[in-house]
Amino acid sequence: MLSILVLTSTNVSYFNVDKLPLFIVSLVTIAIVLYTTYHKKSRDKYQMRKIGGLGAIEDAIGRATEMARPVLFTPGWGGDIQRPTTIAALNFLSNIAAKTAQYDCQLIFPTHDPVIMTVAQEVIKESYINAGYPDRYKESDICYVSSTQFGYAAAVDGMVSRIKPASIFLLGTFEAESLILAETGNSIGAIQIAGTDSTIQLSFFIVACDFTLIGEELFAASGYLSGDRSIMASVRAQDILKIIIIVFLLVATILVTYQSFFEADLFGWWKF
Amino acid sequence: MTRKFALMTCFIFGLVMFVQYFSNHPTAKLLNQSILEYWQIIFAFTLIVGIAGFIMNSVRELREGESKIYKLASLGGLILMPLLAMIWGIKADTPFTWIFENVQVPLQATVFSLLAFFVASASFRGFRARSIPAGILLASAIIILISRSSIPGFQFDFLTDFANWLRSNPAMAARRGILIGIGLGSVTTSLRVILGIERTWLGGK
Repeated sequence: MLSILVLTSTNVSYFNVDKLPLFIVSLVTIAIVLYTTYHKKSRDKYQMRKIGGLGAIEDAIGRATEMARPVLFTPGWGGDIQRPTTIAALNFLSNIAAKTAQYDCQLIFPTHDPVIMTVAQEVIKESYINAGYPDRYKESDICYVSSTQFGYAAAVDGMVSRIKPASIFLLGTFEAESLILAETGNSIGAIQIAGTDSTIQLSFFIVACDFTLIGEELFAASGYLSGDRSIMASVRAQDILKIIIIVFLLVATILVTYQSFFEADLFGWWKF
Repeated sequence: MTRKFALMTCFIFGLVMFVQYFSNHPTAKLLNQSILEYWQIIFAFTLIVGIAGFIMNSVRELREGESKIYKLASLGGLILMPLLAMIWGIKADTPFTWIFENVQVPLQATVFSLLAFFVASASFRGFRARSIPAGILLASAIIILISRSSIPGFQFDFLTDFANWLRSNPAMAARRGILIGIGLGSVTTSLRVILGIERTWLGGK
């Protein structure tokens, strides 16, 4: 801490000018998120389209309850708690936990990262308390298995084969273990709902799972499931940003095409 | 009050990390370094909690007689490996390295090799031409497969070019569309958490 105070007196510029374009883009993004969230008219009008994978959650948990078998949720091996996909998966987990608490259905959460385990324990505990069933919460069901990729895959595979959960949620950052887990789940006949930020693993999930959340669907899940108007409205920011990106791509394409035809470098300003 | 404290902590640290990213001042770099070091300390403590939980779960399941052999193997490994490392060290030609190279590495390779069989079974289901899009997917898969195979006496230059075009144009266009969605989703989710709009991780209140 002392070294931080000493360094504050050094004569170096506080702002990195090279990052100015990124800083402007960040401010615009923050402004759009705040506008969509807090502008009352925009917030109340906004509706989200139906997402098959999210609509199937109720059925998946209902099926597990009827079959008296547990629900298994795992966030994959590829991410840690700093990753937005893991945060999105934990938001998703909160909604699942509220339903498993209501239905008195066992929820198992194996993970490769002890920090994710600790956060997940708190998230699930809060959901069980809010649902009014704190006594149904079992800390031992949220467990750390192994930090190595295939140690984790073997441990979760073993759980799936022995416990035979009726529903499996594979949501988070997955790498090569994705298909190993999804195919094992498929072989025991579990309903599988998956979603990840890796486009390579998405293709495996599409063939092996019943429902796959593609792209931004995973990040929109918590608003969709909780019905929270503020979260749903902030999802609209994604649509606005997407339109801006499309316009930017079109303008850039036209400029590059013009430049290649006329060999002029009149429009280099847009290249950050 | 506890929730407010959690939200405030999240907001302050989110803001600090955001601001320090745009600065090249040594203080900002040092602050980033310090926070990352604290992160390692938090990780070490949660690892202790994780391993303690793992041991308690394994012992409980052993007592209940559930999957005894697996639990004995995992507990044995958990106790044996640190013991060997503490007694003989972890350099080459030590019992720790021998077990790592001759037990752990082959076991991990075995699990990884399962992927080949799972790819075959998943492809069999995925490439059934039940609709026009599924038919296009099947045709693309066959073209890519043939273009990447080497059959003596046959040249697939045209197919290789076409497969490369498929990978770098239609497939890449779809992939980038998904990646833009994921990127925007990541940004808005992070902002929602930092600004306190998203409180699902605190039980939704």
